[in-house]
Amino acid sequence: MIIVLRHGMIEQRENLWRMEHLSRRVSMEKGHLKQILLITDGCSNHGEDPIAMAALAQEQGITVNVIGVLEENVIDQESLQEVEGIAMSGGGVHQIVYAHQLSQTVQHVTRKAMTQTLQGVVNKELQQILGKHTSMEELPPEKRGEVMEVVDELGETTSLEILILVDTSASMKPKLPTVKEALLDLSISLNSRIGDNRFSVSVFPGKKDDVEQVLDWTPRLESLSSIFPKLSTGGITPTGPAIREAIGQFKKKRSLRNLLRNEEEYYDESSM
Amino acid sequence: MNQVCNLAPGSVITGKWNQERYTIIKALGQGATGNVYLADCRRGNVALKLSENSMAITSEVNVLKHFSKVQGTLLGPSLLDVDDWKYNSQRLVSFYVMEYVQGKNFLEFTEQRGIEWAGVLTLQLLTNLESLHQAGWIFGDLKPENLIVSGPPPRIRCIDVGGTTQQGRSIKEFTEFFDRGYWGMGNRKAEPAYDLFSVAMIMINAAYPKRFKKSNDRDGQSQLIEKIKQHPFLLKHEDVLEKALTGNYLSAGEMKSDFIHLLSKKTCKGRSASSSYKTKVSKQSGPQPHKPKKTQTQQTRQQVKKKKKKANFFLETVVILIGVCVIYSLYVYHVLL
Repeated sequence: MIIVLRHGMIEQRENLWRMEHLSRRVSMEKGHLKQILLITDGCSNHGEDPIAMAALAQEQGITVNVIGVLEENVIDQESLQEVEGIAMSGGGVHQIVYAHQLSQTVQHVTRKAMTQTLQGVVNKELQQILGKHTSMEELPPEKRGEVMEVVDELGETTSLEILILVDTSASMKPKLPTVKEALLDLSISLNSRIGDNRFSVSVFPGKKDDVEQVLDWTPRLESLSSIFPKLSTGGITPTGPAIREAIGQFKKKRSLRNLLRNEEEYYDESSM
Repeated sequence: MNQVCNLAPGSVITGKWNQERYTIIKALGQGATGNVYLADCRRGNVALKLSENSMAITSEVNVLKHFSKVQGTLLGPSLLDVDDWKYNSQRLVSFYVMEYVQGKNFLEFTEQRGIEWAGVLTLQLLTNLESLHQAGWIFGDLKPENLIVSGPPPRIRCIDVGGTTQQGRSIKEFTEFFDRGYWGMGNRKAEPAYDLFSVAMIMINAAYPKRFKKSNDRDGQSQLIEKIKQHPFLLKHEDVLEKALTGNYLSAGEMKSDFIHLLSKKTCKGRSASSSYKTKVSKQSGPQPHKPKKTQTQQTRQQVKKKKKKANFFLETVVILIGVCVIYSLYVYHVLL
């Protein structure tokens, strides 16, 4: 019995501790990390249920993170619940902050969500190798450390696509300059990584529609400085529709890329 | 965000894997990822960090393990044990145990013992940082709260290594006041210059214990330079501080040798050095042309050194010549008589 067990352990170790192998498998599985970062201060009051839309995003491999920006000394239970609910069904991270703490929070939440998503993927791979019911938490601390190094490395090197959704309903108006600062700060942090980044920024409500894209996919966020002061704020808060639209933008981008890739292949063939 | 269980003094923690028992004595502090307690065990008093976020704990343990491989540095606390604990007989909580570093934090120490200690402690810190950097790591979240002065004799130690990052990656954890990204003076790539910026900010923090915020209507660099000029202690070290803030030091060793140069120059041949400072300061009213001036002062410094060397050489030759003459004349007298 003991011999069989030990034999099994050795086999497991041989399978498992080729960390490079694991890391390669994960990065193949997860080409890009896709995140929605929602910055809002309150309850949605228009369109679909944002929690359902977040679940829809999660189904398509997109994580939804929420930062709730609060007024000092006001605790709005309903808003808190919505913020928590969206992040939970969107598989992401949420945090409530006061406006002046926003910068550090935005980068912290983004980083934490990346690690969390990658952990999820690594866990899935581990389960395939070790059998069900084995997660990182159940490994002995020593082994857990090795797995964590893989997660760290992936977090540093994988490409990240992050769509930022900013609530510009009337009550957010005084907080917008801080939001802008926080987003610029986020771009400093993410662009210090080894991996690639793509950002896109949308605001809701938009001028005509529920949602308006103010910055198309780009590796740099600096151009925000000129866009933000021009934003007008509106009355309704269509959080649900905004998330739905955001999912669409990830798709649009992918199909465009497929188109490009097809063209490249075409050229390759013709050159041969 | 992360609801960490608060443990009352007297609670007992038993490791799931290593079966070690720890009795909580008191809480020491709250970090970004978990609570730190003073605990008692077979080894005596230890510091124990506990968090429900087992990945964060694992990450820090990885860093501490790498620290122990860096030869001859006492920068971080040594790691004693890593384990899990079943809390309320269902939830697993991860913890690690490290050496308990006793002492005052950097700011308390410099406030009590005098600001001149800030210079000395910074030198120690630079020595430690150099070996850490050479091993391929960047500390990241350098700030007075993470620095403890143990002793006697006073020695600087770091207690929170959660921000330590491999060179070339992006900084994991930081604090705005000590972060060059916040001041608009660089990115967050883990490189020696990132830590050296924080070191300069620690000196500034020692002079302004209450810290200050970045003002909205001007750039960070000119604001920091002005703060340096307004404080006599910082003004003395302006040269080094400015060079560190603008990312012009490539290694901690470089900054350290400039620092020593400055300190020793001031103490022995004080007059000429301090007068040259004053002229420099009065010249530097505009913030733009810093770099050429710096190279100028360096050049003059080197020239002075050369002159001194030449004079020494000349004196030596004369003394030897005279000596030889005296001996020869004695010899001549001796032979003749």
